[in-house]
Amino acid sequence: MTMAEALRDAMRLAMHQDPSVFILGEDVGIQGGFGGGFTVTLGLSETFGHERVMDTPISEIAIIGAAVGAALTGMRPIAEMQYGDFVFCAMDPVINQAAKLHYMSNGTYQVPLVLRLPVGATSRGAQHAQSTETYFMHTPGLKVVCPSNPYDAKGLLLASIWDNNPVVFLEHKLLYGGKGGRKEKTSLDPIMEVPEEAFTIPLGSVAIRREGTDISILANMLMVYRSLQAADRLAEEGISAEVIDVRCLAPLDIGTIVESARKTSRVLIVEEDNLTAGWGAEVAARLAQEAFYYLDAPITRIAAPDTPVPCAASLEQVYLPDVETIVNTAKQLIE
Amino acid sequence: MNLDSAVPIEVVLEIYRRMVRIRRFEDRLYQMFLQGLVPGTLHQYQGQEAIAASVCMALRLEDVVFSTHRPVGHAIAKGVPLEGIAAELWGKATGCAGGKGGQMHLVDSTVGFPPSSAVVGSNIPMAVGAALGFKLRGLDCVAVSFFGDGASNTGAFHEGLNLAAVKDAPVIFVCENNQYAASTHISLAMRISDIALRAQAYGFPGLVVDGMDAIAVYNSASQAIAHARSGAGPTLLEYKTFRFMGHSRGDPGGYRSKQEVEEWRKRDPIIRLHNTLIEIYNQTTEALESINREIQVEVEAAIQFAQDSPDPDPATTYQNVFADD
Repeated sequence: MTMAEALRDAMRLAMHQDPSVFILGEDVGIQGGFGGGFTVTLGLSETFGHERVMDTPISEIAIIGAAVGAALTGMRPIAEMQYGDFVFCAMDPVINQAAKLHYMSNGTYQVPLVLRLPVGATSRGAQHAQSTETYFMHTPGLKVVCPSNPYDAKGLLLASIWDNNPVVFLEHKLLYGGKGGRKEKTSLDPIMEVPEEAFTIPLGSVAIRREGTDISILANMLMVYRSLQAADRLAEEGISAEVIDVRCLAPLDIGTIVESARKTSRVLIVEEDNLTAGWGAEVAARLAQEAFYYLDAPITRIAAPDTPVPCAASLEQVYLPDVETIVNTAKQLIE
Repeated sequence: MNLDSAVPIEVVLEIYRRMVRIRRFEDRLYQMFLQGLVPGTLHQYQGQEAIAASVCMALRLEDVVFSTHRPVGHAIAKGVPLEGIAAELWGKATGCAGGKGGQMHLVDSTVGFPPSSAVVGSNIPMAVGAALGFKLRGLDCVAVSFFGDGASNTGAFHEGLNLAAVKDAPVIFVCENNQYAASTHISLAMRISDIALRAQAYGFPGLVVDGMDAIAVYNSASQAIAHARSGAGPTLLEYKTFRFMGHSRGDPGGYRSKQEVEEWRKRDPIIRLHNTLIEIYNQTTEALESINREIQVEVEAAIQFAQDSPDPDPATTYQNVFADD
């Protein structure tokens, strides 16, 4: 199963199980259309109809605002932004409403919604490319999930749908595994065996993708793959790298990360979002507090530079953390 | 739409009670504010009572109301207990939001009153979403969004009304045009005379109604609600009204002339309904006075309850950030 198929499967199972689950967004259910920005909802309107796979006008405030209103009154909406960048049109319903209404109601109202955001740089320029997780991670009341593979995508999306809180769900465009004209030229398209039945992965968990003893590399989404490639290269040079997939940023399983840091004594964080105040900054600060005396090297971040995302492939290459940089930085930390 | 339909006396009397409850409570708050006895901010509703009271009177308990930074009138009208409102204003543990909300964020899940939102225009798409949820579940509930003239200039208004239109959402958009967005007169913020005209742009009915006439408000709201319940989609109701007080606490209203305020005060919706009750419904001044006295007692008791209530437990600061935690 590709990640797009796994996500679709999760929504299909949830919609079969519970009539309060519905999808809304741009181009999500149009006959002969795209199945959302990246084919994820393809075919669902044929099964569930156009009421439950609801095509909306290009109205991000209304999409997310309506999702909040529906969630408050007993539904479990899944809202899609065509590109994750467009969520900035509608930050009020995310930050001022979804994240706060449970608290403002003293716990008497809940906002069980999922907001799906396709993210990541894919040669489309600065407004169709950002990794936006840090904006949401900073806001109390939001859960932030960012799977890197089809199995996690399915289990985490189902967990997000059944969660009684607003969940911002990031999906990297190079990991979808789209087909035909919707396929990304530079995509990785991880394909995995994914169970047919419904299953959930607890929100707030990280996953150790490779065990190691010399350095802990923390990464999410696309950067997990680059970190694993780097770990292979490091192994050739006798360096044992542990790679942790930080697939949930809020809640954050800092315990597992701290444990790994204490074991390896070195931490390298690899992220596609911008360096300043990126998610890695928060993780680094927590590690400094909880693992400082176990560390043999400064906690180090490799992130996108503090620039907008450039478009040209040659510039985007400069922008994105690459395997070479991960390998070299890891070696420096160990020397 | 017939705005002069005969409304049963029980309904009119209940509208009157709710209007008086709002007025007496708000007046008492203002008096106490001047004495420095009210913490936090105040956005007062005096002058607009006919709208909240009559619209909510036309709703059922299970219908939901999305309110604004000026929610006291809407909350009272939808049936949020006065004690809980007063205690919330005083930041007490017994407040309807346990002290986490404050004057601008009143709530009561048992009467269909989600937390009022103090970002102008933001409740409009939320009401549309609630309405779409009702429709998806096959319920015949409706959602109401209350907002002011200022909100009708936001992007949320446009996106929300348009989405409601294309989906025939069972929602009623209640625009309380009190002429001023904070200090900015509508003539400086739009080039049209009636906000209801904007409904045409979305393809559903829009209506201008005198917001100082409780009977007209009730009839127009009832018809819009019935329209929505039947599956025929949304209506934009524009009620022309006026807030007798400033925008918020400490606003003396220097941007309005004394004459303008005086002229609107002559159209006081409570005096008007009082006269209607006597002239058309054969009620006596004594009977209405007796209602007023009962409500004054209720108001004093609610404020006393608020003042006597304990502060919230400091530990609650950390609670209810997430559900199920």
